[in-house]
Amino acid sequence: MPTDEQIDFGKMPDDRGHFGRYGGIFVAETLMEPLTELREAYEKYMQDEQFLAELDADLQNYVGRPSPVYHCERWSRELGGAQIYLKREDLNHTGAHKVNNTIGQALLAKRMCKTRIIAETGAGQHGVATATVAARLGLECVIYMGEVDIKRQEANVYRMRLLGAKVVSVESGSKTLKDALNEAMRDWVTNVDNTFYIIGTVAGPHPYPAMVRDFQAIIGREAREQIQQQAGKLPDALVACVGGGSNAIGLFHPFLQDEAVAMYGIEAAGDGLESGNHAAPLCVGQPGVLHGNRTYLMEDANGQIIETHSISAGLDYPGVGPEHAWLKDVGRVKYDAVTDDAALEAFHALTKIEGIIPALESSHALAYAAKLASTMQSDQTVLVNLSGRGDKDIHTVAALEGIKI
Amino acid sequence: MSRIGACFKQLDEAGKVALISFVTAGDPFREITVPLMHKMVEAGADMIELGVPFSDPMADGPIIQRASERALKNNISIHDVLSMVQEFRQEDSTTPVILMGYLNPIEVMGYQEFADAAAEASVDGVLTVDLPPEEADELLSALRPKQIDPILLLAPTSTEERIKSISDAASGFIYYVSMKGITGSGSFIIGEVGAKVAELRRHTQLPIGIGFGIRDAESAQMVAQVGDAVIVGSALVAAIERLADTPEEIGPEIARTLRSMREAMDRI
Repeated sequence: MPTDEQIDFGKMPDDRGHFGRYGGIFVAETLMEPLTELREAYEKYMQDEQFLAELDADLQNYVGRPSPVYHCERWSRELGGAQIYLKREDLNHTGAHKVNNTIGQALLAKRMCKTRIIAETGAGQHGVATATVAARLGLECVIYMGEVDIKRQEANVYRMRLLGAKVVSVESGSKTLKDALNEAMRDWVTNVDNTFYIIGTVAGPHPYPAMVRDFQAIIGREAREQIQQQAGKLPDALVACVGGGSNAIGLFHPFLQDEAVAMYGIEAAGDGLESGNHAAPLCVGQPGVLHGNRTYLMEDANGQIIETHSISAGLDYPGVGPEHAWLKDVGRVKYDAVTDDAALEAFHALTKIEGIIPALESSHALAYAAKLASTMQSDQTVLVNLSGRGDKDIHTVAALEGIKI
Repeated sequence: MSRIGACFKQLDEAGKVALISFVTAGDPFREITVPLMHKMVEAGADMIELGVPFSDPMADGPIIQRASERALKNNISIHDVLSMVQEFRQEDSTTPVILMGYLNPIEVMGYQEFADAAAEASVDGVLTVDLPPEEADELLSALRPKQIDPILLLAPTSTEERIKSISDAASGFIYYVSMKGITGSGSFIIGEVGAKVAELRRHTQLPIGIGFGIRDAESAQMVAQVGDAVIVGSALVAAIERLADTPEEIGPEIARTLRSMREAMDRI
């Protein structure tokens, strides 16, 4: 296995979408040519000055970028260790990092003359971000969402409908994110002539993992400048939660060549890794093939995908982006997991101490960062991706405390 | 010559088109599958496509998805599917059996171990829906020395370049997907299917099987006029689902459907 020093992280994936043995294209023949068309359009427009200028303008004026980096002075002092900084993706329009990607893909859809947008969603954040850009561009929009997720994220379902999207309840399999992705793929293969499929994470067949990463990498590019301005140096560690892994790769990617920056990707340990009720394929899964790419999966001995559990719908996914699988194997990023309970504790801590209500997904990263910071020196820094705001989760948290709102 | 090759040769000499009949292994229960395979052959099926259940059948419509779910509830693994083929072979040494499914169960078992076990069970062909030839080198090189045909797909969206390279990699027959979509949904337009099949024939000598959207004698007959094999799946699986509570009626109903297709195909 190559060491960090020999790897040019900017050169991945290869031209067929491989990150080492991971990634690639594993889809039915009907989708091979549409994926080629998508890759060609994506490669063309990422070099196109007019496209990039339009993207930048939208990110600035519509999304509200750059998002700030905030120093949690009080929380850091209480923890008594390293200084914790937050990259405030929760302040983006629609409340999470997801919109960075949907803006980019929707502009691409328009360039490719597609009139219909589809997407899958788990927590509903990607669905809302997709419905938002579809509304703005006047495109028809269909969102696939598992029946279980629809029940636990009612407010986001209503938001999507307000935005003019059709939300389709997916009732097959485990009725969660993975099944929504299956259903969106089925729609795409049927309506491929006029339809653009906006995948919300760094998974799926090539070019999605690379394309979504490139749209999300603005997080890390901005943060790299901002943290140096504020702290006077690069951070000692980066922490981000990992479901499919788009917010994490967005933060990590521009720092991968900075050898001194440690990186931690945090999966959902649910009721605990030993309980079996979790969503931590990188920590305890095995490599396999699902949803168009080879990656670490939660699967049984016969190759069937098993059901996952996490308090946060956005992390409740049995796979993970192939670049994360590769970064784990080459040892560049350390992957760990945080339980529902620990995430909830961090959720409350940030809310009470800093006046910021974080998404339950991001709370996993916060919980790990708190633990990590307390083992470090006060002149060291930890930069956490606060990937989303917690407004969507207050019903879940209230219900756990026996409060009906 | 492989069983698949021999089967096509024999049908060709008789001036007939092959009828390939699909069933998901272990649907609606384990013990029904092998007797049902024999029943299919008796009713006029020339080859059997045996579905390996998978938790996330991305290219299948709701009918075959639910069949997969029923089979997985019965804990049907890829090892069970191979045992079924072995059992089928005890009474039928000529009818080709093609495994159809998704890559992950094979990937987790290991390509070489799978190829060995499939050969041992006398499997004749393997179709993995989500494995395009670009990613298939390793599996193909495990299957070829065992004389197991990799059955590859072509679709309405396949470009000339892909048709050429896939035809070169395939053996047994080419599976042409009649329309853009998933199994058990929509209808093909026969003129378009015919035109694309004519294009495929310019690049391959292999027989061309046509699947997706064949639901009755009439559609089977239409497809038989342009293809070398007619592949029927969801129409049969829907009957299995409908009759799951009265399983003694499944065999006769499937046989009736296949016979009507066979007769219609033989009239052309």
